[in-house]
Amino acid sequence: MEKIKSKREGAVLFSDYTRGDAVRILSKMSREDILFEIKTSGLKGRGGAGFPTATKWMLAAASKSDAKYLICNADEGEPGTFKDRVLLLEYPELVFDAMIVGGFTIGATIGIVYLRGEYEYMLKSLLDYLDQMRKDNLLGNNILGNTNFSFDIQIKLGSGAYICGEETALIESLEGNRGEARNRPPYPVNSGFLGKPTVVNNVETLASIAHIVTKGGEWFKKLGTDKSSGSKLFSVSGDCESPGVYELPFGTSLEELLKIVGAQNTKAIQVGGASGICIPKSQFKRKLSFEDAATGGSIMIFNESRNMLHVLKNFMEFFVEESCGQCTPCRAGNMKLLEGVEMIENGDYKFSYISKLKDLGKTMQVASKCGLGQSSSNAFISILENFSEEIFNGVRGGKNGN
Amino acid sequence: MLVLEKNSLTEEIEQLVNLHGTSRSSLLPILQDIQRKYKHISDFAQQEVARFLDIHPVEVYSLVTFYSFLNTQAKGRNIIRLCKTISCEMQNKESVSNAIERELGISFGETTKDKKVSLEYVSCLGLCDQGPALLVNEKVFPKMTAEKAVQILSELK
Ligand SMILES: Cc1cc2nc3c(=O)[nH]c(=O)nc-3n(C[C@H](O)[C@H](O)[C@H](O)COP(=O)(O)O)c2cc1C
Ligand code: SF4
Ligand code: FES
Repeated sequence: MEKIKSKREGAVLFSDYTRGDAVRILSKMSREDILFEIKTSGLKGRGGAGFPTATKWMLAAASKSDAKYLICNADEGEPGTFKDRVLLLEYPELVFDAMIVGGFTIGATIGIVYLRGEYEYMLKSLLDYLDQMRKDNLLGNNILGNTNFSFDIQIKLGSGAYICGEETALIESLEGNRGEARNRPPYPVNSGFLGKPTVVNNVETLASIAHIVTKGGEWFKKLGTDKSSGSKLFSVSGDCESPGVYELPFGTSLEELLKIVGAQNTKAIQVGGASGICIPKSQFKRKLSFEDAATGGSIMIFNESRNMLHVLKNFMEFFVEESCGQCTPCRAGNMKLLEGVEMIENGDYKFSYISKLKDLGKTMQVASKCGLGQSSSNAFISILENFSEEIFNGVRGGKNGN
Repeated sequence: MLVLEKNSLTEEIEQLVNLHGTSRSSLLPILQDIQRKYKHISDFAQQEVARFLDIHPVEVYSLVTFYSFLNTQAKGRNIIRLCKTISCEMQNKESVSNAIERELGISFGETTKDKKVSLEYVSCLGLCDQGPALLVNEKVFPKMTAEKAVQILSELK
């Protein structure tokens, strides 16, 4: 369906790579060597939570079990995120090669891609790609003939549930259950799919690893900031001339990003999708990184013509629909927050009540069972606070927003 | 449902069970296959799946009702899903939804009388840079306009 545009450019993910490169190093590198390179790279998970990948892999490698699993999280459901789509369609070699490396390192023989149901249109080409890899002995028994390592990859489809991107809900879904997040601990690295040690990694995390093991952790570490090494894919949508996927080093400021994508008259940027925060113009000097403006990749741009209350309502409707309903703070809380937005919309509210709703939002952040309920009030709080002039006084582009 | 139809559905489910296996992990793939073909998972189908997997039918029901792409009630032969999340909305999603509703004479959430088409809204389809995004059964259509959407409707079987 999609035509591949002009060649993409980037320092890591969109740099040159030949299928099998990362797999060929398995005959030269030990598991410890691989873990060392990833540790040196400082790579943190690209799925949103930013957990150090080396630690995750080390824990899984160290746990003793007759079976282990490596799962590629391709559920990509965060509103405004579409970088994994680009990786899977245009760079599947990075993702699959890295899964093989991951299996080798943690001691898993089966890798599973959990592909969101909405991406079923990619399934056939991905399966064909895997078949080709089997023919070339990049998958299967004794990979490349000299590794003594066997590994294969399956693809499982989701069925339209955002929560299944949360790693424990994803595992529940793979096990044939409702996608309801589990209590943690135990963490998946100890007890994951079918109770076995399981590593769940985002598509982009894996794709980065293919480059890290071939080019070295030091090379990767040189990019980005101290706490956020490497470069990152950003999915940019909304009010700009060139929406799309951009690879940029961590530490890029929002201002710089707006220039790159050709955005004008921008009043707000939602960083991190519906569960992220809304940043007003006065803070566009902030930098994209784990320590400042953090995002799994979603960047949505709003220009001066947009109604921020309307934007907020769209996000709250999303959470009301996508909450798995298991725990009360999230199930009931999101409905209350949406109700509050509607009250403001209708001009039928008291400030005292809205401020109680903000407190409720803060309670949800600590009392909810999983990341969905813990982050769904971010937009509510940040939009009402940063755009109060516009929302409560009808002044578009007031002192905060402009 | 006629007895004959029931028998053939049972046979089909048995084949799916043979294909995917009888473990609990096979449940979702089996249901997805039934959904793909029949556009819903009937009470009878749910009971048969439960019987083959040796679990309680309510376990199957709980799954079908959880996932938004699975449903218990019969829908149209074609399911059209339009993204309603903000990036698509800002790209004039409404002109597309209005055109589709006008053309079919039904609203989102409904199915045409001849059971040809069901309309649904969905959350972000991962095509926010090319919205408004439409999913027609398993296929995606980026950069929708009112005209293009109506053209797609006219090509449905
Ligand atoms: C509600 C919710 C949805 C999530 N969706 C995704 C997703 O679509 N893709 C993803 O990689 N991680 C998602 N995550 C994060 C995963 O739980 C997990 O942290 C991640 O897959 C780990 O991989 P990483 O360490 O490589 O980032 C989600 C988390 C939450 C709470
Ligand atoms: S926080 Fe929300 S999504 Fe997470 S377990 Fe609770 S109800 Fe489910
Ligand atoms: S907002 Fe419509 S595809 Fe993402």
